[in-house]
Amino acid sequence: MGAQTMETPVAARAEEVWKVYGKAEAQVVALRGVSASFGRGKFTAIMGPSGSGKSTLMHCLAGLDTVTRGTVHIGGTEVTGLNDKALTRLRRDRVGFIFQQFNLLPTLTAAENIRLPLDIAGRKPDPQWWDTVIETVGLTDRLSHRPAQLSGGQQQRVACARALMSRPDVIFADEPTGNLDSKSGAEVLAFLRDSVREHGQTIVMVTHDPVAASYTDRVVFLADGSIVHELAKPTPETVLEAMKSGEVLV
Amino acid sequence: MLRATLKSLLGRKLRLVLSGLAVVLGVMFVAGAFVVTDTLGRSFDQLFATAFAGTDVSVSAKPKIEVSEMEGEQVPSALPASIVNEVRNVQGVAKATGMVTADGARVIGSDGKVLAGTGPPRLGGNWVGEDDLLKLREGRGPQQDDEIAVNALVAKQGKLKIGDRVGVLTLEPKKTFTLVGIWGYQNDKDSIGGSQEVAFTEPVAQKLMIGQTGMFNMINVKAADGVTPEQLRDRIATTVGTGYDVKTGDQLAEDNAASLKEFLGFFNKILLGFASVALFVGIFLILNTFSIIVAQRTRELAMMRALGASRRQVIGSVLLEAVVIGLVAALIGLAAGVGVGAGLGQLFASLNDGFEMASVGVPLSAILSSLIVGVLVTVVAAVLPALRASRISPVAAMQDVATPDRPLTKVSVAGAVVGAIGGTMLGIGLYGSGGLWLILGGVLVSFIAVALLTPLISRPVVGLLGRLFSWSVPGRLGRLNSGRNPRRTAITAAALMVGIALVTGVTVVMNSAKTSIAATAEDTVKAQIIIGGEQNGPRPPTFDPAVLDQTREITGVRAAAGIWNDQAQINGKLTYVTATDDLTKLADAFGGPQLPVLKSDQVAISTKELTDKGWKVGDSLNVQLSHGDAHRYTIAASYDEDFMPGTYFLPADATKDFGIPQPVFAFVRLTDGTTVDQVLPGIKALVADSPEVSASDRTTFINQQLSDFDTVITMVQVLLALAILIAVLGVVNTLALSVLERTRELGLLRAVGLSRSQTMRMVTVEAVVISVFGALLGVVVGSGLGAAVVRALNDDGIDKLVLPWGGMALYLVLAALVGVLASVLPAIKAARLNVLAAIAAE
Repeated sequence: MGAQTMETPVAARAEEVWKVYGKAEAQVVALRGVSASFGRGKFTAIMGPSGSGKSTLMHCLAGLDTVTRGTVHIGGTEVTGLNDKALTRLRRDRVGFIFQQFNLLPTLTAAENIRLPLDIAGRKPDPQWWDTVIETVGLTDRLSHRPAQLSGGQQQRVACARALMSRPDVIFADEPTGNLDSKSGAEVLAFLRDSVREHGQTIVMVTHDPVAASYTDRVVFLADGSIVHELAKPTPETVLEAMKSGEVLV
Repeated sequence: MLRATLKSLLGRKLRLVLSGLAVVLGVMFVAGAFVVTDTLGRSFDQLFATAFAGTDVSVSAKPKIEVSEMEGEQVPSALPASIVNEVRNVQGVAKATGMVTADGARVIGSDGKVLAGTGPPRLGGNWVGEDDLLKLREGRGPQQDDEIAVNALVAKQGKLKIGDRVGVLTLEPKKTFTLVGIWGYQNDKDSIGGSQEVAFTEPVAQKLMIGQTGMFNMINVKAADGVTPEQLRDRIATTVGTGYDVKTGDQLAEDNAASLKEFLGFFNKILLGFASVALFVGIFLILNTFSIIVAQRTRELAMMRALGASRRQVIGSVLLEAVVIGLVAALIGLAAGVGVGAGLGQLFASLNDGFEMASVGVPLSAILSSLIVGVLVTVVAAVLPALRASRISPVAAMQDVATPDRPLTKVSVAGAVVGAIGGTMLGIGLYGSGGLWLILGGVLVSFIAVALLTPLISRPVVGLLGRLFSWSVPGRLGRLNSGRNPRRTAITAAALMVGIALVTGVTVVMNSAKTSIAATAEDTVKAQIIIGGEQNGPRPPTFDPAVLDQTREITGVRAAAGIWNDQAQINGKLTYVTATDDLTKLADAFGGPQLPVLKSDQVAISTKELTDKGWKVGDSLNVQLSHGDAHRYTIAASYDEDFMPGTYFLPADATKDFGIPQPVFAFVRLTDGTTVDQVLPGIKALVADSPEVSASDRTTFINQQLSDFDTVITMVQVLLALAILIAVLGVVNTLALSVLERTRELGLLRAVGLSRSQTMRMVTVEAVVISVFGALLGVVVGSGLGAAVVRALNDDGIDKLVLPWGGMALYLVLAALVGVLASVLPAIKAARLNVLAAIAAE
């Protein structure tokens, strides 16, 4: 817990992370010594062209993938080196996920999907927090519906609520608006931003959409497995600008 | 298209292996049945060819009653010594030997028990010296009337040695002899085909094995040089006339083998019956597999349609896949079947000491039936999925469509219609004039109906079953998963249902019959003590008739009488008859009506038989027994058959013409106030010299006689185990597919914190719910079928319906275990999924 005594509290941190796939000639280097910190209560976007390593970085941060070299911390816990059991517990209790494909269980209702991680952990949702989350995502009258009866935007909001419900240290969102029309996308992004502003949630989001990135506090640009640029308080224009000038082709 | 088909075949190995395995197991059963029947058939050919190698021509008297192997035991007739002389004088006869050789010489071993004889005969005959086949190993042939020689098998089984005093049961009660010789056969064999043989001096053999001196069973003729057996046969036949069967040695061997082969054919049919059940279950599994394969290939098939493949080509490609799988599986099944057939043959040989098995061969019938059955079953199962595949529209290639679950209305209506047909077939079969085939067909059609209706009932029932597991998150998820694809769950469960329903049904019928018969016997039979044995071979155990009179003298015995059984031709029709030494006492002991003692020309017949035949008391009947000439008997009395152990009763005098002239049962009724314990030891002492039977109280006796029912249940369970095993493969298959299809979901669950063991539990619950559902269906359907059969048999005295609750509970527990076992591999696979790859999976 000693690492915790820093000036800005850090929710997730990567230090000199290398990720190499394959061996010898077929080797592909996905990450080349990436170091980055993600502050608590911040909304950060990771951008970069296909193959830049942005998804790999997120997977490594979330403990879904192992790193070849370097260390990853979530809060005060070193993720690298944990066994499957500890990783499972980490994901269950301290990390939230939002995927591009929504990934809801078709057999469960919206409410059951939202409660799933807590159920797995054998915990009860805090009723006040439950009401707050459900109200903010605007699902009050859709709770007993199954995913097949919900629109894409509604499904993604269920997924957001599921990620938020256990108040994880950090939520990782992988292209959360990639499968949504622009209106639903905007709703989801606004909702994610509000949860950061109002409830101090930490969110790390991978995206290639400058508009989506403009909802965040900070944008990290990746190319060829390295961080090439950073942008604070982004707007769609500054992001586009950075992408062009930095020759970061999305 | 062909290359695309083959490539896609190789791409889905696991599923193909599983569905192929169902065909392999079914075909193995079929091929095994043919191989074992063929091998045993040829073994019998060899056996009799050896046995009659020294016989050019044989002469025997025509039996008084023709009985086929399936109807019972043929009792040979005897011929007088004068015929031997006649034959000896025929031109071309080098040697004619009068032979006494008859089944029923039961040797008592050194442990005091009769040597076991379950199949091969126990021959007793006259000693005619050594020949090419028969060689003495020790001692000499019998010369005195109290001497015998035995073959090496008898000596070995009875642990007998030269000089021992040996008891033998024959037509007469136990007689004791001195063993003076032990013989073997050429090639150092102990016996021919496992038969036990005893040789007496000629007069003793005639008296004990035929019942008359100066008579023989057969004349063994050697032809002189230059005369063929056929020529000699024809000459002898002309000489002796029509009352005799004259055959060459080859014919004799062939006829003997043929009658045993008739039995093998029956055995083969039973095996094939069970094989078809296994294959029927296999169809469910294959149908499921192909449906899933087609569903998974929707995009691929749609793409082929978009590229210009016609519907027929799509159907063709799916069916071709089925043909290839069927063919490969049939070939493997055939190979395995040869092994199984050889194993069964070995088993038979080891159960029959001294039986020599012929080399294992693969008859054409095994090859043809394996290939036809294997391909046919697979193709039939693939027809529906193929049609479905052809209906995929080319647009599906462009869309990411999860095919919505089609409504179940059509399937349910079809199920109701098929159910009505099956029910009607069963109804007509059971209550009407329909035969066994109609009943079997009805059962089969009913199974299909239940399978069609299963999706409809699966939702509520699976939901209910699943509640048992809903206390944990993995349990709840598993339960929800098992209800997700009602068709697939239904077919998987229905496959399990078939086997369990049949086992349950048979158990219901058997237990009901057993209980009903036992209850009736307990109610009607007044006799407290019964003498009798358990029949293990073709010949019933018998005892010394002197025991009957001795029993009547014991104080406390109110009435005792024995019964003799045989087959007879009455007015030309073959029927079972019973004789008793005292009909009045028998009726009293048995608890029947008052009946007179029969005079030597009187017969008593059950009232029902009299009505059926249109006879009345006072009529005269022509009765031909196994021996002697036909006699006329007058119907002296009639009685209610429920209260007497037989349909026809003949007087004691008739027993001398019976095939087995010794009593098989005796019924003893005690005076009021006498207890069984007071009398039983005395009667036990009386039957001490008749080691085949014992005296026991009524309940023990009834249970002993009804133990066959349990044997049938066990046999059916063993034979249906294969069908159940195939159904279990189906459960494995379904689960493996569930895991595969839900890869992304599993990835998500793991991502949000479901641990490996929780994942495994989730898969296990799904398997257990499906298996228990199948077993539940089976138990319910089986009980229903069983109850229907029992109802139909009500008039035949099976009036008590007994449901095997214990057995049914056991099947459910076993099904749960099966579910756990079936889920092991899929669960491990699910738990080992790489979370990242799973989430990214399409």
